Amino acid sequence: MLARTLTHTLVGVEARRVEVEAHLARGVPSFTIVGLADRACQEAKERVRSGIASAQLEWPMRRITVNLAPADLRKEGPGFDLPIALAIVAASGQVPAERLLGHAALGELGLDGRVRGVGGVIVAAEAARRAGCTRMLCPVEAAPEAALAGIQPVPVHDLGEAVAYLRGEWLPGPVAVAEAAPAADVPDLADVRGNERARRALEIAATGRHNLVLAGPPGTGKTMLARRLPGILPPLALDEAIEVLRIHSVAGLLPPGRPLVLAPPFRAPHHGASMAAITGGGPGPRPGEASLAHRGVLLLDELPEFSRPCIEALRQPLEDGVVAISRVQGRAVFPARFMLVATMNLCSCGGRGDPTAECSCSPQRLAVFRDRLSRAVLDRIDLVVVVPRARAAELAGPPGEPSERVRRRVAEARSRLDCAGPELGAAAAALLDRAVERLPLSGRGRARVARVAATVAALASCDVVGAEHVAEALSYRVPRELEPA
Amino acid sequence: MIRRLRRGAAAYPALLAAIHDPPACLHVRGAAPLSVLSLPAVAVIGSRTCSPYGAQVARSIAREAAAAGAVVVSGLARGVDAEAHRGALEAGGATVAVLGCGIDRDYPAAHAALAARIAETGLLVSEYEEGVEPAPWRFPARNRIIAGLCRAVVVVEARERSGALITVDFALEGGREVLAVPGEITSALSRGTNGLLRHGATPLLDPADALDAIGVLAPAWAPVATSSVAAAVLAALADGAGSADEAVRATGLPAGAVAGALTELELSGLIDCAEGRYRRRAGLRA
Repeated sequence: MLARTLTHTLVGVEARRVEVEAHLARGVPSFTIVGLADRACQEAKERVRSGIASAQLEWPMRRITVNLAPADLRKEGPGFDLPIALAIVAASGQVPAERLLGHAALGELGLDGRVRGVGGVIVAAEAARRAGCTRMLCPVEAAPEAALAGIQPVPVHDLGEAVAYLRGEWLPGPVAVAEAAPAADVPDLADVRGNERARRALEIAATGRHNLVLAGPPGTGKTMLARRLPGILPPLALDEAIEVLRIHSVAGLLPPGRPLVLAPPFRAPHHGASMAAITGGGPGPRPGEASLAHRGVLLLDELPEFSRPCIEALRQPLEDGVVAISRVQGRAVFPARFMLVATMNLCSCGGRGDPTAECSCSPQRLAVFRDRLSRAVLDRIDLVVVVPRARAAELAGPPGEPSERVRRRVAEARSRLDCAGPELGAAAAALLDRAVERLPLSGRGRARVARVAATVAALASCDVVGAEHVAEALSYRVPRELEPA
Repeated sequence: MIRRLRRGAAAYPALLAAIHDPPACLHVRGAAPLSVLSLPAVAVIGSRTCSPYGAQVARSIAREAAAAGAVVVSGLARGVDAEAHRGALEAGGATVAVLGCGIDRDYPAAHAALAARIAETGLLVSEYEEGVEPAPWRFPARNRIIAGLCRAVVVVEARERSGALITVDFALEGGREVLAVPGEITSALSRGTNGLLRHGATPLLDPADALDAIGVLAPAWAPVATSSVAAAVLAALADGAGSADEAVRATGLPAGAVAGALTELELSGLIDCAEGRYRRRAGLRA
């Protein structure tokens, strides 16, 4: 009296195959789950028992042992409820066990037998497809996600429906591959008056996916500008959107019904965030803000207020585009290729750079403030713009260019940049050499300026990077105020 | 290597020997020959907390003075002093830092790197031997040496009761020229310098004024070729410091072109940038 179902557990954003074996033996009725099940998974016992009863099925009065294999892999979360219930039902002969072949299953059970949604369905569905399964029993709301993974979903409302399907009494309707959800409302750049330089920098950053820092005294519109960046980013390609979908699915953050979002993600964690919240972590590692911003924007408002470990932890994703989290249990790698946008003041009192206020910081306080910015992170910022306090006349000016128009330019320039990309011309190289001599510019800094110059040239529809493009790129280098004393 | 220069020695600077209490012995650190101390020198001094304007002006004056062959003397303090040393180093000239502590000490510690750069091409000077701690009363004494080494003293920015005014008193006592950089009357940082002007100090309207005061000829100014966009941006900055956005509005040019022009002007040494505002260099005749 043995039956098996196939399911998956998540390790980071990867799924590992787990076989659920249910064995019924004679003896005093009992129910045991073995195979390194965590607490949520152990509690499956109670949900499965009630769920089976509520679905008008019989609870076998036997000694029930459920094994989750491989036994050395930690199993987490409530997604095992449905496969456990199905294995028990099959083991007790209430559905034909051979019908379970070629099926994967995933879902949490309610006490009334209802199948509830769980995170990471797309990841599990992809793994199931690779493992040779053709169908997957899953919660109704997760069906579009499973369909995106190229597996035939069997969306079930409750356990009863799943059993009816396995007995061949009921067939689910076809599931359409979900359409992309419309982009969320993003504030428009037209709201920003003046600030031409910062707007230009935003456009360049959006085109070349460059990291950007907006620095300046408080109240000059740094955050306002940064929040309008998503509005000028071109939509994601389908494969990028699916990468994003995987991460957001694992984190349980998908919009219900229409999981596919083509708008690049935008994450703005508060500066009180812990390091684990930024990079991801926990015993069974979960994605952090850096991963949730994959293929999108990570906005760190008031960068120097973030804890030093948080900022330092961004070095790896900024360099490699991934966060690797090592735990005793194993290692999880989360993709984290994001655009970093940060805002900051020029000193701790905020008066620096404001002609109408006087900075009251002592030299020591200034030095402490500058030291808080990690050299290593600053070295990975391509564009730094000092946003000065605007004059009243500027704020009375006409509204700025709307995001829509900027986005079209960005998309066009990006396609040019992504094909071949402009080459560095002779005049451009000469200017770069001169700049390295005259300015505090490291080798890495030089490469960074060249990259930004290529983006500027792409925006100008040029095939060759000219001196004027390098000159503009140089104007976004780290200003002296932020360099260590 | 530390050298000693006793009063009465041939290399002991004559100007310093002429003040009423010259130090009995000067301790000298740095690679430059001792004769640097006897070259025409100008002191560039001022407040430790200075505005971007003060920092820029101090640097410009020192740069031009050093380029003309004059020695720039200051006190290695934060703010104006450090900017003056940096300006002179930028121009590849000799600069002398007079310390208010033992000759082997770098005070403030944050300027250790600057002191090392000064020692490469210039001199650090102190009347205190090795190991002497910095103390509040040593700095006014140090100021008499700064004034004593120079033919003229330029005060860039000073509050009403700034230590720089002590140096001015020593300079006047020793019969040296005193110049003050005019500042905004609303700025507390210029209260001291504007007060000096009221009492008859020579206003410094151009870095060349400092050279005139010590009798050094300013080199002929060579016009720098600029693109038409850069010329327009430079003209937009004629009325004082402005942000890039203001230059965009004044010229009607796109932000990208203005950004490129600002870099061009910066690399040509025609403007400086501080805290997001661009300012034409002092003494720019264009």
